[in-house]
Amino acid sequence: MIPFEYLRAGDPAEAVAAVAERPGAVFLGGGTNLVDHMKLGVAEPDMLVDVSRLPLDRVEETATGLRVGAAVRNSDLAAHPLVRERCPMLARALLSGASGQLRNAATTAGNLLQRTRCPYFQDVTTPCNKREPGSGCSAIGGYTRYHAILGASEQCVAVHPSDMAVAMVALDAVVIVLGPGGERALPLADLYRLPGDTPQRDTVLEHGELVTAVELPDLPFARRSAYRKVRDRTSYSFALVSVAAALDLDGGTVRDVRLALGGVAHKPWRAVLAEEELRGKPATEDAFRRAADAELAAARPLPGNEFKVPMARNTIVATLRDLTEEGR
Amino acid sequence: MTVQDRVVGTPSPRVDGRAKVTGIAAYAYDRPVDDPVYAHPLQATIARGRVAAIDDVAAAGVKGVLAVVTHRDAARLADTEDAELSVLQSDEVAFRGQFIGVVLAETPEIARHAAGLVRVEYDEEPHDTELRADRTDLYAPEQVNGGFATDTDEGDVDAAMAAAAVTVDEIYTTPMEHNNPMEPHSTVAIWNPGGGFPEAPRLTLFDSTQSVHSVRSTLARVFGLRPEQVRVVSPYVGGGFGSKGMAHAHNVLAVLAARAVAGRPVKLALTRHQMFSLAGHRTPTIQRVRLGADEAGRMTAVAHEAVEHTSKIKEFAEQTAVGTRMMYAAPNRRTSHRVAALDVPVPSWMRAPGEAPGFFGLEVAMDELAAACGLDPIELRARNDPRSDPESGRPWSGRHLVRCLREGAARFGWEDRPVVPGTRRRGRELVGMGVASSTYPYYRFPGSRAVVAYGGRGRYTVRIGAADIGTGAWTVLTQIAADALGCPLGAVSVEIGDSGLPSATVAGGSSGTTSWGSTIVAACRSFRRVYGDDPPPGAEAGDDMPENPDAERYSMHSFGAQFAEVRVDADTGEIRVPRMLGVFSVGRVINPRTARSQFIGGMTMGLSMALLERSVLDHRTGHVINHDFAEYLIATNADVMDVDAVWLDEEDVHAGPLGARGIGEIGIVGAAAAIANAVHNATGIRVRDLPITPDLLLR
Ligand SMILES: Cc1cc2nc3c(=O)[nH]c(=O)nc-3n(C[C@H](O)[C@H](O)[C@H](O)COP(=O)(O)OP(=O)(O)OC[C@H]3O[C@@H](n4cnc5c(N)ncnc54)[C@H](O)[C@@H]3O)c2cc1C
Ligand code: SF4
Repeated sequence: MIPFEYLRAGDPAEAVAAVAERPGAVFLGGGTNLVDHMKLGVAEPDMLVDVSRLPLDRVEETATGLRVGAAVRNSDLAAHPLVRERCPMLARALLSGASGQLRNAATTAGNLLQRTRCPYFQDVTTPCNKREPGSGCSAIGGYTRYHAILGASEQCVAVHPSDMAVAMVALDAVVIVLGPGGERALPLADLYRLPGDTPQRDTVLEHGELVTAVELPDLPFARRSAYRKVRDRTSYSFALVSVAAALDLDGGTVRDVRLALGGVAHKPWRAVLAEEELRGKPATEDAFRRAADAELAAARPLPGNEFKVPMARNTIVATLRDLTEEGR
Repeated sequence: MTVQDRVVGTPSPRVDGRAKVTGIAAYAYDRPVDDPVYAHPLQATIARGRVAAIDDVAAAGVKGVLAVVTHRDAARLADTEDAELSVLQSDEVAFRGQFIGVVLAETPEIARHAAGLVRVEYDEEPHDTELRADRTDLYAPEQVNGGFATDTDEGDVDAAMAAAAVTVDEIYTTPMEHNNPMEPHSTVAIWNPGGGFPEAPRLTLFDSTQSVHSVRSTLARVFGLRPEQVRVVSPYVGGGFGSKGMAHAHNVLAVLAARAVAGRPVKLALTRHQMFSLAGHRTPTIQRVRLGADEAGRMTAVAHEAVEHTSKIKEFAEQTAVGTRMMYAAPNRRTSHRVAALDVPVPSWMRAPGEAPGFFGLEVAMDELAAACGLDPIELRARNDPRSDPESGRPWSGRHLVRCLREGAARFGWEDRPVVPGTRRRGRELVGMGVASSTYPYYRFPGSRAVVAYGGRGRYTVRIGAADIGTGAWTVLTQIAADALGCPLGAVSVEIGDSGLPSATVAGGSSGTTSWGSTIVAACRSFRRVYGDDPPPGAEAGDDMPENPDAERYSMHSFGAQFAEVRVDADTGEIRVPRMLGVFSVGRVINPRTARSQFIGGMTMGLSMALLERSVLDHRTGHVINHDFAEYLIATNADVMDVDAVWLDEEDVHAGPLGARGIGEIGIVGAAAAIANAVHNATGIRVRDLPITPDLLLR
């Protein structure tokens, strides 16, 4: 751990200015990911700008939906009555992540921007393109149980670990970002990148850009939604595969659907192909399976994680089936 | 003659409970000392070769850094026989993660930061860490852990297998596992150049250990001191599971560091990462089990052949197949152990070494044999329950395995087990039940002594350098002493955890209560013999552990039956264990409260072993890559549902004055097999490789 300075920002603009002008500065949320990385030598910032106490800690109802402040704690968001009522999948995704203590500390922005749990990324004694571009990817040919089956590259096969982000991507969330040049809004799905040749970049954010809020547009049928997380350990572990789904049924037919996968790619994976395949189809197990297959046709598992393909398929089918049964 | 019970057998609360829950119990690293120095180790990042150059200029220049000690300037050790303990004595690297130096600083943060600035160059040599059964360099060790014979062969297994009506011949594997007690290994070392006498020892260690006396004698040897010149203090220990059973390299490193800053105490605590290369581990095992039986399920052959690893620099050969030697009656029996010496850290004791992995192989094979014979698995075990020890021919001091199985069956509702695997559903879940036997030998190690002193006004002190690593030993020893002296529990205080106390053997092999307890009984009796019931204040008497002639005449083992119910999600393969029940026969139970905690703790560790634990050794780098608690999975509360343990009400009259056989390890033995057998019953899928993870059960 290298020595560093600490600044508690008074307002968002001050925080942005402080980080923007200093290449070694980073924002600090709850610190549950960043501080670990500092101890491990994975991150070596020379300044922490604490944004966890900015007045961005409220969940507000807007004309179009909900606006979640960047500093809202994971446990508070999961317990919020409007979240539980309007998008239960988000509450469930949050509660399936980490532990009670961690969720009490972790912030919404920090959760979105947490880095991969690839064990090689977290171990500075091994090569890793994400940590040290050009050094090589140790996961390829190594321990791949928690690695990607979709959208990976020769440079990096890591997955994004967040559960919350999977539900948010399914909900068409929009991220509000404040930068040195002003504010911008972008769909959460576009915040994340695939690794390609620059796996060191998880997102499209520029240095000094601060996430201030996440907007969740109202999606009435998400009141019946689910998050299913499959993992080795019953709690306190990352997804092998997870599925966030909301289903809009018209009798026995799928009027609309939202589907996203976790644990399978460098970003929370919106399953657009499966969604397309399902719209207008009967809500049957066969149709669910065909939709899952449409999405997973592009899967390229690694030696050691082949199981994720059938696991993802089965979990998609099971989640949609449960939602259908709930809807009867 | 047994002690008359008064508090023995009652659920006395832990004598150290209040200190622990209020946080005032000082563990080794907590020990307040004046002007401490903090140590952060440097570890090799290659698995084999030599340290070619060390650049510590930047580290040494950090404000607050006192020294960087490496093989270039570390004090020479007097005894380097034990290569694990031969720390910083040469430039050689024998495994990845090995100590190659230590940074000493005014704060732990500075030490850790500076350690990160040290640049090391190596002459790397190719390494080899992969255990396979087809390796050509497997060898037969001279003996296996515990001093057991490497191989046994009786009758003609091959012929019996060829002739048998029903056979099982399968390979079972268990992965490398790490003990991971909650409290990491930690030591505070003080080197006093002027000292050398018991009052002012040359070397004082506040250590987290299962045996103060063995750490003392080992370090005395390594540093060329007389044992009286060394004092090791360890009253509270936050778990060990065997990994703190003997001195490890960090003890030597801490002392070398203390010598470099003579006079100032040095504090060293391993990080969780470091625990994966420096505190022992369980070898992976590859076990071939062959069973032969006639149509009625009477066994004719048992063979258990284990392949495992050890480190190149120090041999530790796990006794994986030894338990099979006495378990079931079959005229033709063979066991063997073959070992590959690899460029890996030194393996060591982990709760029930031998039995824990070995009974996964044997007891899953028994389940397979039962199925092949069309017999209930309990019935198969009952038909093959030997009247006397098949290996030694000696009578049992008490073998109640079948009683445990039948008692457990009744309590668990075994008759409700689905007969045909994979046929019972509850919603989207497949449901099944499994059973396995467990056993653990009765050990009592010689070498303990206890002293009883009367302080006046009805108060006694009993001194013995024993260890309570969270087991409840402290409480149990107090109960034993109170009954042996015939006085109330509150009148006795037992002092443990200090090498200044009379010598005690290790808290290991489930032997603590029997070894130390029988020693205390002897000391109390000597005391009464000399002073009667009305001793003068200041009266003192001691005694050594008495011999137990029955130990040579009887075969003494504890037994148990483990039951598990599992539910497997038919879509995702996720496994839940809603119920586990253990029924144990362990001789007399001294304290039902702490005993239950040992049993269900062992069973929980067995559940963890069954479903979760696996150290992933990356053979390209030679180190364990999932080396933290987020990635090395251990059962959480959510995984552990209804785990219950009961025991037979008995006393082993051959097991010394306490009638007790030891309980610390048996809980883990067979637990993983019971779960694997339940998974088979639920799904029809036979998993022979641990851990059993959801991907293996996907359809
Ligand atoms: C043992 C363990 C288990 C876990 N299990 C799970 C799990 O199962 N599922 C899961 O989803 N997560 C899990 N987590 C991860 C946890 O959810 C994250 O650590 C947490 O959400 C991060 O939030 P934080 O506020 O602490 O972020 P920090 O650690 O403070 O920051 C994370 C990153 O975000 C950046 N950042 C923070 N705030 C802002 C902002 N406003 N604008 C721009 N950048 C910002 C920081 O610079 C840093 O790069 C686990 C973590 C641990 C340690
Ligand atoms: S998968 Fe990505 S994060 Fe992991 S080692 Fe490869 S490059 Fe690094």
